[in-house]
Amino acid sequence: MTSSHGRGLHLAAAVDQRSAYDAGSYVELARLAESGGLDFVTLDDTFARPGPDALAVLSRVAPVTNRIGLVPTVTVTHTEPFHVQAAVATLDWVSRGRAGWRIDVSTTEGEARLFGRRHAAPADALWQEAGEVAEVAAELWDSWEDDAEIRDAATGRFVDRDKLHHVDFQGSEFSVKGPSIVPRPPQGHPVRVVDATEGQARRTAARYADVALVRAASSAQAGAVRAELRASAEKFGRDPDTLRVLVSLVLDLGDGEHAAEPGHGGGGPRQTAHGPLYRGGPVDLAELIAAWHGDRTVDGFHLTPVEPRRDLERLVNGTVALLQHRGLFRTFYPGSTLREHLGLARPANRYAVTGGAS
Amino acid sequence: MTVRPRTSRKEIHLAAHFPGVNSTTVWADPRSGSQIAFSSFEHLARTAERGLFDFFFLAEGLRLREHKGRIHDLDVVGRPESLTLLNALAAVTERIGLAATVNATFNEPYELARRLATLDHLSGGRAAWNVVTSSDAFTGENFRRGGYLDRADLPHSQLRSSGGTPITRAAEFVAVARELWDSWTPDGLSRPFAHRDQHFDIAGEFTVPRSPQGHPVVIQAGDSGEGREFAARSADVVFPCWGSGGYPPGRHSTRHGTLEDGRAFYADVKARLAKYGRSADDLKIMPGVTVVLGDTAAEAQERAAEIRRQQVSPQNAILAVEQIWGTDLSSYDPDGPFPDFDPEPDPSLTQGRTRRGDSVATAEKWRALSRQKGLSIRQTVIEASGRQSFIGTPEAVAAELETFVRQDAADGFILVPHLTPGGLDEFVDRVVPLLQERGAFRTEYRGATLRSHLGLTEPGGKG
Repeated sequence: MTSSHGRGLHLAAAVDQRSAYDAGSYVELARLAESGGLDFVTLDDTFARPGPDALAVLSRVAPVTNRIGLVPTVTVTHTEPFHVQAAVATLDWVSRGRAGWRIDVSTTEGEARLFGRRHAAPADALWQEAGEVAEVAAELWDSWEDDAEIRDAATGRFVDRDKLHHVDFQGSEFSVKGPSIVPRPPQGHPVRVVDATEGQARRTAARYADVALVRAASSAQAGAVRAELRASAEKFGRDPDTLRVLVSLVLDLGDGEHAAEPGHGGGGPRQTAHGPLYRGGPVDLAELIAAWHGDRTVDGFHLTPVEPRRDLERLVNGTVALLQHRGLFRTFYPGSTLREHLGLARPANRYAVTGGAS
Repeated sequence: MTVRPRTSRKEIHLAAHFPGVNSTTVWADPRSGSQIAFSSFEHLARTAERGLFDFFFLAEGLRLREHKGRIHDLDVVGRPESLTLLNALAAVTERIGLAATVNATFNEPYELARRLATLDHLSGGRAAWNVVTSSDAFTGENFRRGGYLDRADLPHSQLRSSGGTPITRAAEFVAVARELWDSWTPDGLSRPFAHRDQHFDIAGEFTVPRSPQGHPVVIQAGDSGEGREFAARSADVVFPCWGSGGYPPGRHSTRHGTLEDGRAFYADVKARLAKYGRSADDLKIMPGVTVVLGDTAAEAQERAAEIRRQQVSPQNAILAVEQIWGTDLSSYDPDGPFPDFDPEPDPSLTQGRTRRGDSVATAEKWRALSRQKGLSIRQTVIEASGRQSFIGTPEAVAAELETFVRQDAADGFILVPHLTPGGLDEFVDRVVPLLQERGAFRTEYRGATLRSHLGLTEPGGKG
């Protein structure tokens, strides 16, 4: 890839819907997002309110889409780290390298009562544990080297067991022996996404996330958060260019071609209880995206439509079309994996003695 | 009173088991494909659907097996997480049921019930859950509840302190799952639940409305007394583990013996249903079986023998003997004689694999077989590993399958192919049409849900 980091614009959209449990509506929205060449779709999940298992839904979507990244929320507070990493790796296998995982925690006592195993804990402790789950997941994805399967009839060996590794992870709340039951997934590590809005989550995002979601109502504000995250990532020993920072906006494109209200469109989004809201037309949204990206304060946007079908269609046919026309956004997918869309390299395996991943 | 002759109106139920992480699966064959690529699962599931099977079945393993302290490397290793894979398969199939084996020891009812209900929604009513429990701290090392042992084979002292047996927790787990599935009214109203017993103390609201089947189909594998009771009380399908080759326990030197043992098992399990207010049709008995076909009986026997040779490589033969003897026998020649000393009484050499029977008795049996027939280690292991369940021409196999079902030795079969992904192609192309001609198998799916394929009624929710 010749374009230097920062020039690629990355766009993602949420496909959350209220009270939808059938596959059809999710398939339709994901295909719509794919027709616009978006990097990925997200589907939120929580035990705290009605909704299907998000990873299951996007796994159902995988075989009937081709290129778009699939990023379900999977919570890590009351679930088993070993199961979570296996499910995310499997999503990567069934989508042929398009899986991501939005890591989240369960903070309420109500959620704790559904499991009856532990009480609710403070957010900083939960995000500390979430970091450990993100770490052990990557170790388990690496616990199979890429060339562990040898099928050597002469010696009768299916695998080279020197390329399978116990991870022996000791966390503050759990331990995992390993190796994983699932061979290393196509992307090596499926993409880890963290909403870095809250302070407690920001550390975990800086250390482990490939994509951090932030909330900002202005380009300058976005730039400040992005700079902080990149500096923090560097302190954790990471190359900050391996972290993509996307601004999350709630999207309401119901008001016609142009922004009707002051404080929108050219003025930028408005703060609400659900995060910054952009209400206006698709053309002005394209202006906003182009302007902020031109300022180099963001790597892209994660957009949550208030009316999924209507707003996604306007986003793709209006905003995205305009950005494509101006040469700011891809018109086709040059790669096939989510990492390729995001311009992130396939990570080397920490256990591999020589060479490593391509 | 006239006694009506038994007709073949009792229909056979068929299911497909994805080739497992075990030595039944032959990976060295040139036709053997990936055990992890989605295309392999898609091929096998669509083949089974083409054959109008009731369901497609995935096994589970939560820790890679180890032998002599190292990861076992002779069999297929590595598999997907079952429920995630089945949701993807729901996109490329339309009617076939999708069954996941999921451990009740290392999961929690709320989350698992939610995942199963989600699969049922996304597949339009095709979800099934094969309930298993785990028996070792070895597997527990991968999980939060690793130290929590609550299983039947625990020493009694530990059993007392942990306060329960695995069947108890598994049965309670299933009961809680059913409560959660019933917690929404059929017209979409969520009602709070609260459940407190010896194992679980949970309360709140379930996040998923009642799914198309009401309750996903519940499968119980295994044939212990406790397992039979659990199946009679809680399961829709029982999948008896009939040992390698798919024989019921007991005599199986003759076809007649196999049939009689199957009938005894069938009668025993079905007789237990009445005390739970259930009828014989409410529980389907579907043993796992292997099938080998040939154009002639002799060719089928030849192919069956060749498959058994493939399944027991020289290295696998030594491994099998080491597992019985409980000691390192890597210096022994697989084409030579057995050790002349007796096995270790309590070997801990192999982890994550179910131990079968008394090792001293098995060792004596194998040595006797070797002496009588003049067989090497490998030849003996092949000989002792048991023949495939049904070997013959398509006509002969179809007739035998029908006989087993008509004579109440089974309601159907879970076919365990030895090749990924093409291991069922021949059965579907050659045997299924013959079963249909005999009127013993459906010619189309009549309903959309797995319950309808199995002829099970929808469970009544608490209104």
